[in-house]
Amino acid sequence: MAIRISSEPFDPLDEIRAHQDRIGEGMRRIGATAMFVGSMRDFNEGEQIDAMSLEHYPGMTEKHLEKIAEEAVSRWNLEDVLIVHRVGELAPGDPIVLVAAWSAHRAHAFEAARSIMEDLKSSAPFWKKEKAASGDRWVANNTPGRSEEFSR
Amino acid sequence: MSIKIKFFASLAESVGRREAECAHESGMTVSSVWRELTDGQALPDGVLCAVNHTYCDLEQELKDTDEVAYFPPVTGG
Repeated sequence: MAIRISSEPFDPLDEIRAHQDRIGEGMRRIGATAMFVGSMRDFNEGEQIDAMSLEHYPGMTEKHLEKIAEEAVSRWNLEDVLIVHRVGELAPGDPIVLVAAWSAHRAHAFEAARSIMEDLKSSAPFWKKEKAASGDRWVANNTPGRSEEFSR
Repeated sequence: MSIKIKFFASLAESVGRREAECAHESGMTVSSVWRELTDGQALPDGVLCAVNHTYCDLEQELKDTDEVAYFPPVTGG
């Protein structure tokens, strides 16, 4: 299990590869790798977004992400979990978050990755501030995690 | 000894600072510290709080050297 907060841009596929190298021989037990990557959009609430800054609470953020990952490990049959989250100044297209879950079977990997992501969205201490054409603004709420909750 | 206080994101901007300290007194709670630091204002709706890096409720009592944090709804991921 690994948690990483990155103030520099990261490549999700490089992160996956490096983590699988650390799992090493253990990869022979793994039949399913589920990964989610969240990236920065260049639009929000009908406006163009030129850049974004992401603030976190050093110490609490890492501790809270560890708790989320540990809860997933106790609930599903997982071989490993990786969470990487960006902070600092971001540009459109930059990856913001990577969540990956490794398991013998896809059911556990899929469900764990989704659950970790939703828990992270709803409770991990991060805050986004967008640089929009009309000025800087704090993002008030996250978008829903399930398609049926979207009104569009 | 004292209590360390932190504010984050939009709340740090509205309070006008990111950190504070105050002397510990017995019976202090997360909400009483907020009132003391903001001239008696009520905690805005939706504000979250944590003590020593763990979420807590407003009536949690504070011990000497605790770190208490106040922040708006989270928007990571």
